Amino acid sequence: MIDFGYSLSKSRTLRIDNLDDSRFKALHKLEPDAYKCIGCGSCTASCSAGVFTELSLRKILLSMQRGDEKEYLNQLQSCMLCGKCMLVCPRGINTRHLILSICKICSIEK
Amino acid sequence: MAKDNVVVIGGGPCGIEVSRNLRDMGYTPILLEQQPELGGHLRKWDRLFPEGVEARKVLKELTSDLKGVKWFTEVNIESIQKSRKGYTVNVDTGMSFETKALVLTTGFKLFPAENKQEYGYNIYERVITNADLEQFFKTKKDSRIQNPKTIGFVHCVGSRDEKACNRQCSKVCCATAVKQASEIKELFPDATVYCFYMDLRLFGRSYEDMYLNAQRKYGVRFIRGRVSEVSEDIDGKLYVKAEDTLLGKPMKIKMDLLVLMTGILPGDSTRPFAEMLKVPTGEDGFFTPKDTILEPCVTKESGLFVAGACTGPKTIPETISEARATAIQVHKYLS
Repeated sequence: MIDFGYSLSKSRTLRIDNLDDSRFKALHKLEPDAYKCIGCGSCTASCSAGVFTELSLRKILLSMQRGDEKEYLNQLQSCMLCGKCMLVCPRGINTRHLILSICKICSIEK
Repeated sequence: MAKDNVVVIGGGPCGIEVSRNLRDMGYTPILLEQQPELGGHLRKWDRLFPEGVEARKVLKELTSDLKGVKWFTEVNIESIQKSRKGYTVNVDTGMSFETKALVLTTGFKLFPAENKQEYGYNIYERVITNADLEQFFKTKKDSRIQNPKTIGFVHCVGSRDEKACNRQCSKVCCATAVKQASEIKELFPDATVYCFYMDLRLFGRSYEDMYLNAQRKYGVRFIRGRVSEVSEDIDGKLYVKAEDTLLGKPMKIKMDLLVLMTGILPGDSTRPFAEMLKVPTGEDGFFTPKDTILEPCVTKESGLFVAGACTGPKTIPETISEARATAIQVHKYLS
């Protein structure tokens, strides 16, 4: 490749129509309430690990819906499964089970 | 003893219900409607949120018993004179009516979707409105709807939009979008349905259940972000651009059908009547009653009443309650 002294940036735009949301679909099978999230952010706000790390369950779940979870999954390493998010979720989602299901589908050890 | 005439202008659900109640109290209501049939926008709707009651049934119930109500369709008001005794209403068929009390139930109109050019209504084949979709649900016929696989709903089209000259929230479109998204998913179970919203404003009893059902039962995907523009490719498919504001990323989706949730504006006759009868209107163009909290159906002009969607967006049950309340206000005024 000839170096012209500049490069093209990769588009940040998500192409939702050809997204691969197979992992989200698998998650939905294990935890049907995955669809119920309204993105309020209570889980993230109450998260003990989220105070010190990037961990945001809201973002992980949303990025899985958009087939764009790669950069977010690592965050789950910090989760201690304390379950505080489960106590605060207004939609009554079993977030602990949700997290464990995500780990199972995405082969993250917990 | 025969009681007085009361002229009611506008034959939608509100006008009909005001008239029926006045009739029950012994008055002779004279209901005037511009269109060839009574029923207003309800005639064009298929089912009503939250339970999905058929609009046809509601309308049938409302119009089943109009005995004692003198109703006229296809009449236009030419002029209204105010005197010490009340009002004289002259219509284009040559008739004129004397009345001590006048009720305006002139309703609303939907925002003309073509005014938001960036969404491409009347430009791109597969962009339709909420009213078009209701018509499709009624008739199951629309050449633009051909087994769509990806369907989008755009909330707030012409609402909460200063560029569209309407700063107000139209209140009922969020619930309508959630209802229609669920209904279309029922018709096309293989389709993926998206709703693009700024805020979801579903306020009524059991509306939250409807939203939850749309998410859990129908798998409708809600994207917090306003559609910025729509374009069309060579196959007639639509490209929709929005930001997923919860993820903080721009997104682009290819779609087979896009439904614009057009908002609610004052009806075309609101302004002429406001000028003719000196009823104040707000910046949003709707009639302003004497007291928005305690006297929502009464105006500052004696003997002049306003009810229904001509004082702002309302659901059908709200309109019906207001119609009944107005009938009582009229009765109190006349007795």
